[in-house]
Amino acid sequence: MSSGRLTVKDLSREEYLLPGHAACAGCGAAIALKLTLKALGRRTIMVVPACCTSIIQGPWPKTAVAVPLMNIMFEAAAACASGIAAGLKAKGIEDITVLAWAGDGGTYDIGIQALSGAAERGDDILYICYNNQAYMNTGIQRSGATPYGARTTTTPILGKREHQKNMPMIMVAHGISYVATATPAYPFDLVEKVRKARDIEGTRYIEILAPCPPGWRFPANKTIEVGKLAVMSCAFPLWECFWEGNRQVIRLTGPSARIAKVPKLKKPVEQYLALQGRFAGMSEEDVKALQEWIDRSWEHLVKMAEL
Amino acid sequence: MTVVLAEKGWRSLMVTGNHAAAWAVRVARVQVIAAYPITPQTTIVEKIAEFVEKGELKAHYIRVESEHSAMTACIGASAVGARTFTATSAHGLALMHECLWWAAGARLPIVMAVVNRAMGPGWNIWTDYGDTMAQRDLGWIQVYCSDNQEVFDSIIQAYKLCEDHRVMLPCMVDLEAFILSHTYMPVRVPPQDEVDDWLPPYEPAWVLDPEEPITHGNLVFPAHYMEFRYLVKEAMDRVKELLPKVGEDYRRRFGLTGLDFVETYRCEDAELLLLTMGTMGVEARITVDRLRERGLRVGLARVRVFRPFPVEYVRRLAEGVEQMVIIDRHISYGAEGALAMETKWALCALEERPLITSFVAGIGGRDVTYKDMERMVLKAREWMERGEAREGVWYGVKGLELG
Repeated sequence: MSSGRLTVKDLSREEYLLPGHAACAGCGAAIALKLTLKALGRRTIMVVPACCTSIIQGPWPKTAVAVPLMNIMFEAAAACASGIAAGLKAKGIEDITVLAWAGDGGTYDIGIQALSGAAERGDDILYICYNNQAYMNTGIQRSGATPYGARTTTTPILGKREHQKNMPMIMVAHGISYVATATPAYPFDLVEKVRKARDIEGTRYIEILAPCPPGWRFPANKTIEVGKLAVMSCAFPLWECFWEGNRQVIRLTGPSARIAKVPKLKKPVEQYLALQGRFAGMSEEDVKALQEWIDRSWEHLVKMAEL
Repeated sequence: MTVVLAEKGWRSLMVTGNHAAAWAVRVARVQVIAAYPITPQTTIVEKIAEFVEKGELKAHYIRVESEHSAMTACIGASAVGARTFTATSAHGLALMHECLWWAAGARLPIVMAVVNRAMGPGWNIWTDYGDTMAQRDLGWIQVYCSDNQEVFDSIIQAYKLCEDHRVMLPCMVDLEAFILSHTYMPVRVPPQDEVDDWLPPYEPAWVLDPEEPITHGNLVFPAHYMEFRYLVKEAMDRVKELLPKVGEDYRRRFGLTGLDFVETYRCEDAELLLLTMGTMGVEARITVDRLRERGLRVGLARVRVFRPFPVEYVRRLAEGVEQMVIIDRHISYGAEGALAMETKWALCALEERPLITSFVAGIGGRDVTYKDMERMVLKAREWMERGEAREGVWYGVKGLELG
């Protein structure tokens, strides 16, 4: 399933994220949500914990989301989705995708317990973390997903001194039925993965890197460019993990698969950092430390994909 | 232990309060249970698991990783129209706190058994009302039980009451740790078909359905939030009228304990009224009998429902009473017990009010016997005869004299 197979004609004409939503200009999460809902279709129930999408959906009495949407507490998206899935089964309804749509704070940090519980139980839910790498809705505070060196409002001078968690690999370690990474910068890769996840039973996790113009401090017309550089620098590789019989397989997709074959395609992280104000003023040492971390993580991923 | 009586499919059980709760869940045909273990609630969720695994209760059981997720999963399942149940105690209830707001605000008729247990530190698994009284402002109906039959009956009736579209609020049915949770008592369980007839399947007032998509719980500005909250207030007000009706209907149908706000004992000509809750409210009958033998005109009232607070009932009880003694198994630090505080609030509007002395007793499972309550009443009477009304007197603390 390379990203070359789908074309724009394969996407649903139905819109489930409606015009008039309240996302910032150039919001990567809004593009990701639009594509995700197109891929999932009408028979979807969506759970949203406290996150940017609490705002993007628009305030009562209106809504910009055309599938049923349950807002829930910050740390509770996975548990609410588990409850919905159990309730639907109890009512004999089998054809609905239960989508938990959470930010990185609600996934990496406050929500990891409920997510891990649901994954361990194998509850029949699709959990998507749209990762904009900080608490953007509350005003750009650092999270467990914020990369090393990034300035946030709670790492305002020094930049973050710790590397991010590897949340997708934490989900792989749960042995769930499907794990993938995606970004709206590669929309067909994203749609393909969401469709694939939709048709698999059990707990499925997709992490979508959602570039954030105000939080990462880049112009609103650069969202796709930033997303592409995240992938091309291997700061955010594209891959999926699925089961072949009793074997868990990791497979690189899209440009990441090409970089693994042709390593010289990989771009230095400076090019990715240079577009973003949050990394401005990073020392050479810090850039080097980040590059080393990215190289190490990438090599590890490539080895795992070769297994 | 189950003994099936020949009498038209009735079961006569000798069970703990916890198993009585599990049996209520079974005959109420709950569809989704999400639960996390905590002493002394555990045998509720264990018994339900047994019912589900044996196929005696056709339900989806989610063994969640925390109480926060237990309540959240109930919220999710209820939002797609399933009848849901969970059970917890003390720290588990405290961890649920934010979810309890959400369940009530979303108007979901979740029923939960809470085994009343003291909060740490130090770890204490015995009873007091500190856990549930800390959750009384959220929009949950609160029923406090005094025996195992009442535990069973209250859970069945709670579904009927909560699922009424005029109510649509969650309910916690509270039973005291060990005194009820682990004590065997006879419990009568009506035939399944009769319960089915009295408690039909849940018809939700709203539901998440792709054919009629809604967004639930999005941002609400100050211009509208208050109106949503007023709807919760109105629903709770309607419980005052509907709860005794459900109780009367249940009592007539099954001959078991119907829900009501207050139970009274020998109150008719009482000059002094003893007011308390839970099992103390039954034990105190002996106190009343003994004091009456000594010629004191003492009556007893047991408050069974704390939310909504039975303001009118308490006012009626206070009419013509000169003295009142209130015993709380609860303390609000910096104030006194909740029953005392709220009773005083209720009586404030009366022109003539009894003198009131209130006690804090039985905290952390300290035993409170009829003799203890007799001492409290006599001591309070002595003070009040002198015109003294004391507030939140701690009873039974070592080294602390009542004076």
